Amino acid sequence: MSRTDNRVSDAQSVPLTYQRAPDCPFDPAPEIVRRRAEDPIARFLLPSGDSAWLVTRHADVRAVLSDPRFSSVPPPDSLLRPPDPDGPADAPPIPPGMFVGMDPPGHTRLRRMVTGEFTVKRMDRLRPRIEHIVAEHLDAMARAGGPVDLMKVFALPIPSLVICELLGVPYRDRDDFQRRSRMAVEVDVRHEDGMANFMEMHEYMAGLVAAQRADPGDDLLGMLVREHGDDITDEELIGLTNMLLSAGHETTANVLAIGTLLLIRHPDQAAVIRERPEVVEHAVEEMLRYLSVVPSTLVRTALADVTIDGTTIPAGEHVMVSLQSANRDGARYPDADRFDLAHDPELHVAFGHGIHHCLGRPLARMELQVAFPALLRRFPTLRLAVPFEDIQFRPNAAAYSLESLPVTW
Amino acid sequence: MRVAVDQERCCGTGNCVMIAPEVFDQRDSDGVVVLRQPQPPPAHTAQARRAAANCPCAAIKVDED
Repeated sequence: MSRTDNRVSDAQSVPLTYQRAPDCPFDPAPEIVRRRAEDPIARFLLPSGDSAWLVTRHADVRAVLSDPRFSSVPPPDSLLRPPDPDGPADAPPIPPGMFVGMDPPGHTRLRRMVTGEFTVKRMDRLRPRIEHIVAEHLDAMARAGGPVDLMKVFALPIPSLVICELLGVPYRDRDDFQRRSRMAVEVDVRHEDGMANFMEMHEYMAGLVAAQRADPGDDLLGMLVREHGDDITDEELIGLTNMLLSAGHETTANVLAIGTLLLIRHPDQAAVIRERPEVVEHAVEEMLRYLSVVPSTLVRTALADVTIDGTTIPAGEHVMVSLQSANRDGARYPDADRFDLAHDPELHVAFGHGIHHCLGRPLARMELQVAFPALLRRFPTLRLAVPFEDIQFRPNAAAYSLESLPVTW
Repeated sequence: MRVAVDQERCCGTGNCVMIAPEVFDQRDSDGVVVLRQPQPPPAHTAQARRAAANCPCAAIKVDED
C-alpha cells in the first residue's frame, strides 16, 4: 500500500512543531529556529485556522511542562487539522487508560500501576535478554548479507519484540500492530482513516485483555489483572496497553534507525562508540538530544493565566512546546546544532519533562545502549546502500521516522 | 549535604537511580523514589546534585550545608 494514500496534503497542513529543515533532515524548521531567537513564546497559526502558543526555548519548555496550570487533556483533534466543512465530527476525547492525555489525580492513579514494571532495577534484569535479542538479529543480518533494510531487520523488530514480551502481546501479531502504531502517531492522516485505525487497535487489544482477564499471564497485562484487576476497567486496560505498545516500539525504532544514519554520517563519532564502551551511555544521550525524534508533546491548555518568562498565556488557550527546538537551544547547549560526543547533553528534553516524562526511559536507554555498539562492532564497515539524498524521511508525526534504511557492509 | 525526596511528587522515571544509584532507589511496586542516603558522603554529592536537577517532577531537594 502506498503510504501517500491517507495523507491529507502538503507540509503546511501540519503544525509547525512537526516540521523539519528542508536542507538538513536532522534539524528543526527554519521558522522554529527564527522564533527561538526572536519570538520564543508567541502565537502561531494551526492548520485549522485557530492559533496556539509555540514555546521554543529550553528553559521555557521545561517551565511549561512542569507547571500544573497547564492541562494535558488534548483539545479536539480538529484543532490540528485543516478545516473541512464536510468532515466528520471530532474524535472522541482521549480514550480511557491513555494517561499521557490525563491530568492528576487520574493520571497518577494509572501511571503508578505500571511504573513498577519500568524501574531501573527491572530494566537492568532485562539486559541479558535484550543483548540476546540484539545478537540474534545481528546474526540474521550477517547470514542474509547486505544490502538490507535496517529498519525491517534491526531497528523495528528489536524494540517490538522487547515490548511484546514485557506487555504480554504476541509478537506474531507484529505486522499489524506496527502498521497501526505508525499510523496512530501521524498527524496528517485523513480523519476517517485515523478513526478506523483507532477502532482496529481497540478491537485487537480488547481480545488480549479478555484473554488475560480469564487467565492472567506473567507479564505487565497479567500483573495489572492480578494486582489491580478490581480497580481498573477493561476500557482502561485496553487504552493503557495500546499506549505502552505504541510508545514502546515506534519511538525506540526510530532512534535506532535515524541514529544509525547519523552515525554513518559521522564515522569519527561512530568509531568512538565502537571502541570505547564507557562513552556509550553519554553518546546515546547526545544522540537523543540532537535528534529529538519526538518533536513535541501533546498540546497543553492553560487552566489559568500563566506568565512564562514575562509573556502571559491567557486561560483557555492552547500551547505547544518544541522539544527539538529546546534541545538545540544555544543558550543551554553551546554549539547545539552539531552532533558531538564531547558535548554535555545534560537536561535534554527528548523524553519530555514534568509528570508526563517518558515512563519507558530506562527501557529505551537500555535498548539503545546495547544495540548501537553491538551493531557498530559487528559491522564496522556499515554504510548506506543508497545515496543519502535518497533516504525518505517521514516528518509530520509524533515520532520522526524513515521509510526505510538500506545499508550494506 | 542533606537530600530530601517527595514521594507524592515523584513520577517514577528513575532518572535519579540512573544518575546516582548509591543515593536513590525505587520501590518495586510503583517505582516511587526511595532515599538510600539522606546525607551522601562527598564521593556521591555531585551525582545527588545532578539527580535533583534532572528530576522531571522536582521531587528531590538538595541542601548544601
